[in-house]
Order: sequence, then C-alpha cells, then structure tokens
Amino acid sequence: MSSLVVESAGLQTTVQDFGREGFGVLGVSPSGAADPVALRIGNLLLENNPGAPALEMTLTGGTFLFPDGAVICLAGANFGAQVDGKTLELWRPHAILPGRRVVLGATRDFARCYLCVAGGIGAENFLGSASTHLLSGLGGWEGRALRKGDVLPIGRLEKNIRRRKLRAGVLETLKPEKKLRVTRGPQFDWFSEEARRALAGGEFVVSEESNRMGLRLDGPRLAAGNNAEMVSEGTPVGAIQVTPSGQAILLFVEQQTTGGYPKIANVIGADLHCVGQLRPRDTIRFEEVSLTAARELWIEQQVLLGSEERLFA
Amino acid sequence: MRFRAASDQALLVYLGEEIGAEAHERVVRLLRLLQSEPIAWIRNIQPAYCSLLITFDAAAVDHAEVQTKISELEKRAKKLPEAEPRLVEVPVCYGGEFGPDLEDVAERRGLMAEKVVELHFARTYHAYFLGFAPGFAYLGDLAEEIATPRLETPRKEVPAGSVGIAGRQTAIYPLATPGGWRLVGRTPLEIFRRDRAPMGLIAIGDQVRFRPITRAEFLATRRS
Repeated sequence: MSSLVVESAGLQTTVQDFGREGFGVLGVSPSGAADPVALRIGNLLLENNPGAPALEMTLTGGTFLFPDGAVICLAGANFGAQVDGKTLELWRPHAILPGRRVVLGATRDFARCYLCVAGGIGAENFLGSASTHLLSGLGGWEGRALRKGDVLPIGRLEKNIRRRKLRAGVLETLKPEKKLRVTRGPQFDWFSEEARRALAGGEFVVSEESNRMGLRLDGPRLAAGNNAEMVSEGTPVGAIQVTPSGQAILLFVEQQTTGGYPKIANVIGADLHCVGQLRPRDTIRFEEVSLTAARELWIEQQVLLGSEERLFA
Repeated sequence: MRFRAASDQALLVYLGEEIGAEAHERVVRLLRLLQSEPIAWIRNIQPAYCSLLITFDAAAVDHAEVQTKISELEKRAKKLPEAEPRLVEVPVCYGGEFGPDLEDVAERRGLMAEKVVELHFARTYHAYFLGFAPGFAYLGDLAEEIATPRLETPRKEVPAGSVGIAGRQTAIYPLATPGGWRLVGRTPLEIFRRDRAPMGLIAIGDQVRFRPITRAEFLATRRS
C-alpha cells in the first residue's frame, strides 16, 4: 500500500468527498467538500471517480511526503504548492517521485485547495462517505483534522494518466464569485422592507468566526419582525438565517440539520461552491433570482460538470 | 398542509403550525410512507416538529412537481394505521459529576434538586426528531416547572451520554460534542454507535422514559 505522510498539516486539513446526503432522519448533515466543483475537476483530471476522497486544505496548506511516489492534482485555491522548490501548477496532474514532498503555503486567492491523488485516499467510511464530520468526530481520518505524523493510505496507480487539459473558458465559467445569487427563504415575508433592501443592496463581510458549519456575515442588521413564533424546522444548505440580534449566518455543509431562526434567503445550488471559497474578511453581495432561473443555472452547471467533452480539450 | 420553497432544491412541507402530538403524528406518517416507498429524486428528508424539509434533485423535478407528489402521498399517509410507538428506557445517574447543572436548574426554578430529578423522570417523552448531531433526539415535552433556557455560553465539550434540558425539551448527547443544554445527569448507555444496527438508540416517534440509577449502577453498566 502506498502512503502519504503528513509532515505538517496546515490550518485545517480534512479528508472530504461528496458527503453523505440522505441521513437527515438520523440527524446527520451531509458534510462533504466545501467546493465540490474543484474536488470533481481535480479528480477527473486524474481519471479518478469524481467524488474520490481528497485532502481539503483551508487558508494554509501543509507539507506532505510521498514515500512511494504518486500522481496528484491540486484544485481550487492557489496555496503556492512546490516540489523541490519548483512550482506545481493548479488544475493539472503531476507525478511526484518517491521520497519527495509537496509543500504548500498560505493562500494567494481563495479559501480552499484540494489535493487529489490518483487512486484516491483511503479513509474511514461512515454512512457511505469518507467525508470528515468534525462536530461529531465521524468519517474521514479518525473523524478529525489531520495532524503531523498521520500516515494515510493512498491508491495504487493502475494505469497511465492521459495528460488532459481543461478547455479554455471552463475555469472562468466556474470561477468562485463574491456575488452570490439567492432565492427567497421560507420566512422572507417575516422581514421588513428595510431588511429585504439591506440584503439585496448591502455589503456583508465574512467574519473570522466562520467554518464548515456556517459563515457569520457582518453587515446591515436584518432582524425579522416576529421571531417568537418560529418553530424549529429543517434547514437547507446555503440558508441565510438571521438571529434575533440581526446577525446573518449562512449555513454550510456541516450545519446543524434543524434550526429555529427565520431564513431570509438561500444561496442557489449553482453558487454553493463559491461559498466554500470565501475567506474571512471577504466582502460579498447577494442578488435575488427566481426559482426558475436558479434551476436553469443548476442544470447548466450539472451538464458542464458531467460532460468530459465540454470540460477537457 | 402548506408548502414553502426553502431553497432552489428544497421544499418545506408544513403539517401544522405548533409543536404538539397532532402535527407530529402527521409528520411521522408521511415520513414512514416516504421511507417505505422511496422516490428516486428525493435526496434528503429532514423531519422536525411540524414539518418535513424535502431536498430534491432539481435537474429531475421542480417545486410544483414535488408539491403534487407530496400532496398525493399525504392523503394516503393519513389513512395509514397508527404505528405502535416503541418504548425506550434510559437509565440515568442524576446530579453530581454527571449532572453539573442540576443544582443550578433547581435554584433557578426554586425547587429542591430531588424534585427536579423526580419531575424529569416522571414523564414519558416523545422523540420529535433527530438533529444537531448524529443520534441527538429532541424529546418533549418537559414539565413546565423545570423548563430552563440554554447556557449563555455553550460548553466546548459535553461528555457522551449527558442528559440536558433546554426550554421544554430534554435530550441525551450521543457523542462528545460542544453543547449549550443544562446537564442534569448522564446515562451509561451508548446512544450512538456506528458499528451497531440501528446506530442510534432513539428514533423519531419513539417514547422515551428515564430511570434513575445510582453511581454504582452507572459504573457497573459501563463495565458490562
């Protein structure tokens, strides 16, 4: 079995795949990669299963030794990856010779970088997924973020990887935006005209207190009129819930599955990967779209991501 | 029944407007039907007190189609025979190191600690839904006399098996997680185990009773 040795882990590095959807009845949120688009493309460039487990690094990457060598692909944010002082370009496969280490640093653009390995990364399967669920300590690598000294099994390379390249324009189309499109939330009409205008026209800053469970957004106060009547209900990923003090929280992949705060809006499916690339102190805006428009954008994105012809030259 | 789009890929189905047995019975019936006849485009179902959040494959169906299908199913669900609820008994060692907030709850409500304990185990609770963390069941309704709000500052780590109260609800922390409920005791049972089927000891719709045990019994159960 080939392996990957963690020499330094980075700020928060976890094993992630597409997550475990469908266990809400057990109280389990799906988890999964914060930027599933980057994970998918990284894996496809290695001819892996699109949802093969990979390392998700946050803001600052680590140093990883490959004693037996490997073929890897980095996707998502640029963490300035190097091998032997030579830069590793994002979005293309690289052969790492036995005994070499991949060194990553602080991000130069977005929040999350994925290190995909040809053959995938071996991790604990919990409810059909290798995704780490940090709150409950389940899945992934011992249910936790990686630490110095961890040795993870990686898949064996069974075939030669075609040197495929992404088509021109693909990355531009899928580029993480700071303007997020939203549809109205289930309690939209609980909010005053003023709060709705503030959401549509205001600027919000991603707080330092943001993680895979949720992003706190500092900006105009959005308080709803009648919080008291709210009965806790299921919360979709991407929901923008507002606390009684007017604080907006964007619920993310490792969210609590139910909540008792009113939700003014919800980030559309086609823009959720952008949320995974937001950094603390980023300024963001929201734009309302119709459910029909959101659905068309989702289908368009799914068609692109599902078509090797459209993705690769 | 009332519908609301929750996101571009999720629909909220409301089967009542307030917490209680009536709305929840409808939630459980519809859930059972959806579980016994799975629909390919449903990606996830999140039940709560009076609602179900249905997440669907937006490339296959839209909100209107989901609404039509759920309306049909709800009509049938109403006619299903009432399921006999399962009774789950949970032994709990109250107070002391296992229930660090028991005295605080007693003081806040002007009761003796013994009375708080008695009021807690005297009732049979209904498991409304699971949320927060795997296996965490929201149990209600707690006696009004001992209802106490959550801690101002949640604990960074609550030991697995801790029994907490928050408002008119009580719950058992299945795993060591952060938590803001006031802790009155602890059970030696393993509420959630990933290598067991089912993983969770308590499921939606179950009846749950607490049985007070001594520290010695707690430790003996733990060892066995």
